[in-house]
Amino acid sequence: MMYKVKVFVTLKESVIDPQGSAATKALQKLEFPEVQEVRVGKYIELKLEKSEQNIDETVHNICKGLLVNKEVEDYRFEIEEVVAQ
Amino acid sequence: MKFAVVVFPGTSCEVDTYDVIKNNLNEEVEYVSHLSENLDAYDAILIPGGASCGDAVRPGAIANMQPVMKAVQKAAESGKLVFGIGNGFQILLEAGLLPGAMLKNINLKFICKPTQLKVENNDTAYTSAYEKGEQLNIPIAHGKGNYYCDEATLAELKENNQIIFTYTSNPNGSVENIAGITNKQGNILGMMPHPERAVDSLFGSEDGLKIFQSIVRNWRESHATNA
Repeated sequence: MMYKVKVFVTLKESVIDPQGSAATKALQKLEFPEVQEVRVGKYIELKLEKSEQNIDETVHNICKGLLVNKEVEDYRFEIEEVVAQ
Repeated sequence: MKFAVVVFPGTSCEVDTYDVIKNNLNEEVEYVSHLSENLDAYDAILIPGGASCGDAVRPGAIANMQPVMKAVQKAAESGKLVFGIGNGFQILLEAGLLPGAMLKNINLKFICKPTQLKVENNDTAYTSAYEKGEQLNIPIAHGKGNYYCDEATLAELKENNQIIFTYTSNPNGSVENIAGITNKQGNILGMMPHPERAVDSLFGSEDGLKIFQSIVRNWRESHATNA
């Protein structure tokens, strides 16, 4: 068995998102005046082999260790069990 | 005085940095690989600019996982001077040796141009050859130089005079116009502008040279008693 992990990385609420601001303005000018805010984040997929380690803990360590900069970003993740191919 | 210039795959400013030490200061300097695990032989560690490890994930993130960074941590803890320029600054932030993080420039563009800096604190090992408030012409070249920290960190930076350089005209959106900061102890400096590109009037400015001269002068003074 393997795990497929979907990690969603977003900028913290307190952090200005220049990409999101540019997209917001562009959408409003286009034909979507109802758009209030755009926040741009990252979506990352991991495939992990099942091991003795607690999967939740492992993914937290992977996120904090490399994928996420806790100074400016938040993250959440979803874990699915999949059959190894 | 002996300098190390740390080179990661993708580093690109190592030759300019090396040349300042060798040719402008006539001091000893060596390139050190990202795989090196020991920096004991060096008095100061320079982490030059570029796009280390391709800036993958975030600038400095993969570089921070390379073997040499344990040795950089050790050197920093022992009080040695550790100086990160551009991407080197980003690596020091990722390493947690300096507080805060870099965001994309506010205009979303890579900016490569001369900037005007102000020396906010000249009471450091890196800036003692400058006057306080002195204005410097030093170029920037980055896409992610928009310095960010939370309010508590900013208050601490101010309280301990850790803000060393500011932009007189903010090019990238940095909090409080910050261009360079030190750690609380003052032995680690990170700055986004490239002083190694401003060391000769032929380059258009020699305003960056005094940073390197300050380093050597302070080191000599503190080691004079042992000589």
